[in-house]
Amino acid sequence: MDEKDLRNLIDDVKAGRLGRRAFVQTMIGLGLTAPLAGQMLASAGVAHAQAGKLAYKPTKRGGGGALRTLWWQGATLLNPHFAVGTKDQDGSRIFYEPLASWDPDGTLTAILAAEIPSVQNGGVSRDGRSVTWKLKKGVAWHDGKPFTADDCVFTWEFAADPATASVSIGTYKDIKVDKIDSHTIKVTFNKPTPFWADPFVGVRGMIIPKHLFEPFKGAKSREAPTNLKPVGTGPYKFVDFKPGDVVRGEINQNYHQPNRPFFDTIEMKGGGDAVSAARAVIQTGEFDYAWNMQVEDEILKRMEQGGKGKADIVAGGNIEHIQCNFTDPTKDVDGERSSIKTTHPVLSDPAVRQALNLLVDRASVQEQIYGRTGVATANFLNEPKRFASKATRYELNIDKANQILEQAGWKKGPDGIRAKDGKKLKFLYQTSINAPRQKTQAIVKQAAARAGIDLELKSVTASVYFSSDVANPDTYTKFYTDLQMYTTTMTQPDPELFMNQFTSWEVASKDNKWQGRNITRWRNEEYDKLYRAAESELDPVKRAALFIKMNEMVIQNVVVIPVVFRPRVAAVSNRMRVEQSGWDSDFWNLANWHREG
Amino acid sequence: MSKYVIRQVLILIPVLLGISLVLFTILAMAPGDPFEELATNPNVPPEVRANLRAKFGLDDPIAVRYLRWFVSMMKGDWGFSFVSRVDVDTLILQRLPTSLFILGSALVLGVIIALPIGTMSALRPYSLFDQIATTFAFIGFSLPTFFTGLVFILVFSIWLDWLPFIYRADISATGWRWYWEQLRQSIMPIAVLGLFQGATLTRFMRSAVLDVIRLDYVNTARAKGLSEKTTVVKHVVRNALIPVVTLLALQVPGIFGGAIITEQIFRVPGIGSLLINSILANDTPVVMAVTFVYSALVVLSNLVADILYGWLDPRISYR
Repeated sequence: MDEKDLRNLIDDVKAGRLGRRAFVQTMIGLGLTAPLAGQMLASAGVAHAQAGKLAYKPTKRGGGGALRTLWWQGATLLNPHFAVGTKDQDGSRIFYEPLASWDPDGTLTAILAAEIPSVQNGGVSRDGRSVTWKLKKGVAWHDGKPFTADDCVFTWEFAADPATASVSIGTYKDIKVDKIDSHTIKVTFNKPTPFWADPFVGVRGMIIPKHLFEPFKGAKSREAPTNLKPVGTGPYKFVDFKPGDVVRGEINQNYHQPNRPFFDTIEMKGGGDAVSAARAVIQTGEFDYAWNMQVEDEILKRMEQGGKGKADIVAGGNIEHIQCNFTDPTKDVDGERSSIKTTHPVLSDPAVRQALNLLVDRASVQEQIYGRTGVATANFLNEPKRFASKATRYELNIDKANQILEQAGWKKGPDGIRAKDGKKLKFLYQTSINAPRQKTQAIVKQAAARAGIDLELKSVTASVYFSSDVANPDTYTKFYTDLQMYTTTMTQPDPELFMNQFTSWEVASKDNKWQGRNITRWRNEEYDKLYRAAESELDPVKRAALFIKMNEMVIQNVVVIPVVFRPRVAAVSNRMRVEQSGWDSDFWNLANWHREG
Repeated sequence: MSKYVIRQVLILIPVLLGISLVLFTILAMAPGDPFEELATNPNVPPEVRANLRAKFGLDDPIAVRYLRWFVSMMKGDWGFSFVSRVDVDTLILQRLPTSLFILGSALVLGVIIALPIGTMSALRPYSLFDQIATTFAFIGFSLPTFFTGLVFILVFSIWLDWLPFIYRADISATGWRWYWEQLRQSIMPIAVLGLFQGATLTRFMRSAVLDVIRLDYVNTARAKGLSEKTTVVKHVVRNALIPVVTLLALQVPGIFGGAIITEQIFRVPGIGSLLINSILANDTPVVMAVTFVYSALVVLSNLVADILYGWLDPRISYR
């Protein structure tokens, strides 16, 4: 798939031969994100579909009673720029809004913006150095003060100030925001930025009121009373908040969209566990919506039978994958193992990695373990010919794996394990403790044994494995084993950040306290070059082609072995009408939520 | 007596100090930090996390951090939660009423069950009533609260659909409806904790009454021609209560412990669930504060038990 193929596909969408959603799914299959796919379509002048597929039926504001939602981890704070987890972003999103949000197809939907900037309407500059947002007029904060460009400028100042210690600083620190007039702002980037829709968009884009936060910028940010009593522009006004327990809101009678919201009150209750949360929505109907159902599909299905709700599944960008270590995890060099001064004695042989790729039985993993909550994906990349068809099948092919290994000179020993030059095909395969992951490990181990590869399984407590404890040898970034498996999140709208995990300058090492993003330690000059090119390429289609090329390299070299896509799963009452997006907060479209029947 | 109390209180200080030191060290050595979720999120550059860690002083040596915590604690400043950036005492005070309501009601329920049943069992030992009561008492304190809690949910919420299994601290209803909702949602957590307490206390009560009922003054009372009721209520139960009351004081920390799990199951926003959530989030200041409150409670209830015992039974003297 190169630039030309991409352009052909876009033309197909334009002519109506290919559905918008199918196009987006195809791009995700290529390792891109939905927002990037949406941006390609927008730049090609394909008309925006009517934002959101959720038809809003109510003809007046309010009257919907109480909306009760359940998060099994309660929101702990309500300032979006301090949000540690998605629960905090979601809690904040009830009250605060960004200029625009991402819908399930990755299309930008205006919220506080009057229109989505584009090159055509002059909002996006041709040199990629700035973007001009026009703000919606007549929007008021919950306390009655008008929402203006000053609030946007202030949000940038607040988040970009290192003393504030905001978590969104990465989005705001390298930009400059100027007020053009009372309802226009200009965002200037310090270098040509192809992906301009990050500041003021989505979960890190929520805008906070200047008049309440101004005295608390910088080091005093923790003392702002508004941190706990948010005043936003959203569909619901703040009533009460108990950290880790409950967030309550009531209808905003002056909401800036007509006839919205539907519910009179909203409650976001926290705590407990995912399974009982699913029960409270699907079985007993005590609640209307529950977030992040990390529950085995079998259990969900059993609850759904004759229940009062169902699981709502939406594609996102999370991929459960296996990583191959390109360095030697057993050799200690200058106080670190898996150092890039070494190479892996066995996994550096491409034949071995290819064989491994054929031994991962994704179909069984999906069928027996994840069900609807993990969709088998053989590749980030699919063959260009095949990838128009959605019915791609993935097989494990033990014979072919055996053949490849045999040809590469790995002969079976008396113990049934293949070896070459005294080096045995024995690998240590680690992951975090999590029932589906242990089951997946077992499936892979079984198949590998039949090809003469011995896998030793190791599982580490999640809190250790995913920590960044420099002193602990079992963290995923240290990668002191041959293979490891976890879910990588591609929820950020732009793949640039996602793809930097294979660049040579991101290698995790002792020098950067293992904070580098390249965990496999795979290095490739050509990849680096492509990445550099993508960083400054302004044509979204050319840029997408570069990312696809990079992805192909990663997959062809079997740097990682994708296993399953992990879509987002929520539990929703049968009468509720909601719309989730895999690229934004659960509440991105809260204003349109309503109940029927 | 007062000398004894003063000495006990003075001993408290090094005990609590030791507890806090051990707690802090263990927490500091445990893996992870409050900003873990940021680490796996590629949108957040590692500098942000490093900056937060530095700002909250997480990179300093353990000794320095402990000293800082200790000094501010002495000044009455409990610090603030790393996760919610709210002062710890606010967090605890917010949740204390709910915990006290549930625990207090459970204790009362336990006593209401235990006193009559324990006494009746002891008055007619090995009768049918005693056998049944004993069986249930054994079942009651053998089953952990997390198990009975789940069984209750299964039966009363899912099969029968009578009671909600999610506890909400602020019910939007007003008037009698509020009381009704409050009652409905509190029944299960209170019953789970109360029955567990009741089962244990029943056994204590039974053996205490059995000890007393054989004594001479009980026979004397009966010989005087006092009615059975007066004998039991005024002479037997009153004296049997002495060890039970002290045991009750000793059990208070146990109830708090059991409540941690029960609160989690029913999503009761009390101190226990605050503790669990903070542990999961590696929120050291909150964990320290809550466990500190718990350990102070243990030590204090021991002291209260000692004092109560001496006060109820003047034969025992402390020096």
